[in-house]
Amino acid sequence: MSDEKVVGIVLVSHSAEVAASVAELAKGLAGGAPAVPVATAGGVEGGGLGTSAELICAAAASVDRGAGIAVLTDLGSAVLTVKTLIAEGDELPDGTRLVDAPFVEGAVAAVVTAAAGADLDAVEAAATEAYGYRKV
Amino acid sequence: MLDADFFRRWMAAATASVNREAERLTALDSPIGDADHGSNLQRGFTAVATALEKEAPETPGAILVLAGRQLISTVGGASGPLYGTLLRRTGKALGDAPEVSEAQLAEALRAGVDGVMALGGAAPGDKTMIDALVPAVDALGDGFAAARAAAEEGAVATTPLQARKGRASYLGARSIGHQDPGATSSALLIAGLEEAAAGAGG
Repeated sequence: MSDEKVVGIVLVSHSAEVAASVAELAKGLAGGAPAVPVATAGGVEGGGLGTSAELICAAAASVDRGAGIAVLTDLGSAVLTVKTLIAEGDELPDGTRLVDAPFVEGAVAAVVTAAAGADLDAVEAAATEAYGYRKV
Repeated sequence: MLDADFFRRWMAAATASVNREAERLTALDSPIGDADHGSNLQRGFTAVATALEKEAPETPGAILVLAGRQLISTVGGASGPLYGTLLRRTGKALGDAPEVSEAQLAEALRAGVDGVMALGGAAPGDKTMIDALVPAVDALGDGFAAARAAAEEGAVATTPLQARKGRASYLGARSIGHQDPGATSSALLIAGLEEAAAGAGG
């Protein structure tokens, strides 16, 4: 698998700690995860809970390998900010997609799938399917 | 006709009223939100004022596009992308005309509000900023004073509603009885149009 082909993953949470921990968890559970570029945009610049458009743009730029980027978010302003940046067109790399998925389970599925060399459609499908995993 | 100076005065009036009302907005956001609406908007509109001083865009459309970008970048909460989308869509709809009519502004603002509804998925009656913005845009044909009154009435009318969008929706029936902070700040933004027309805010 060439490094140029791999899908990038961006994890956006209201909390820097949540984003970093979910990234660590997803990479830890995925074989071949070192090849997957995963970046986080947690909280607002300078600390504190919230969403930072600047951190999201920087994270997306850092994982862009030309094969698309799957962005997973937690809730509220994280979702709306990513949607807005994508709608504005020139803020995020080409092929950046907001993936509709549960944050933790979706992140694990996305990183595992990307590590297997899958394309962006397959990464998105795997992350979205995580909604179907019933715990009870 | 409304020129770039009018739109600068509008943004200045909005900044001044957000600063003046920040504590009230945050107090409204305490029982049904996360108690940061006033401080978030204050940070956003302060960035708008700074950016407009530094970059000095020359058309109404460019002023609103720049202001919207600042709100998306700096607010940190859901009101950032929502107000940012409102101003950017309105600005883009105005194009690069050096002056626009009140009717053109009303049409552009309608496009902006449509953009907000598409982004957030909220409809009138969901207890959101839409409940102030839609009546304001509907009344804009009758002038800025009518738009201000309609937005304020719309904000007050959110009090008995149950929230169906955003953080407040988790509260279910407990959101009833509280005026929506987003509708309240939207009424401030719309009131700024009347202040700008009167020459204030600049």
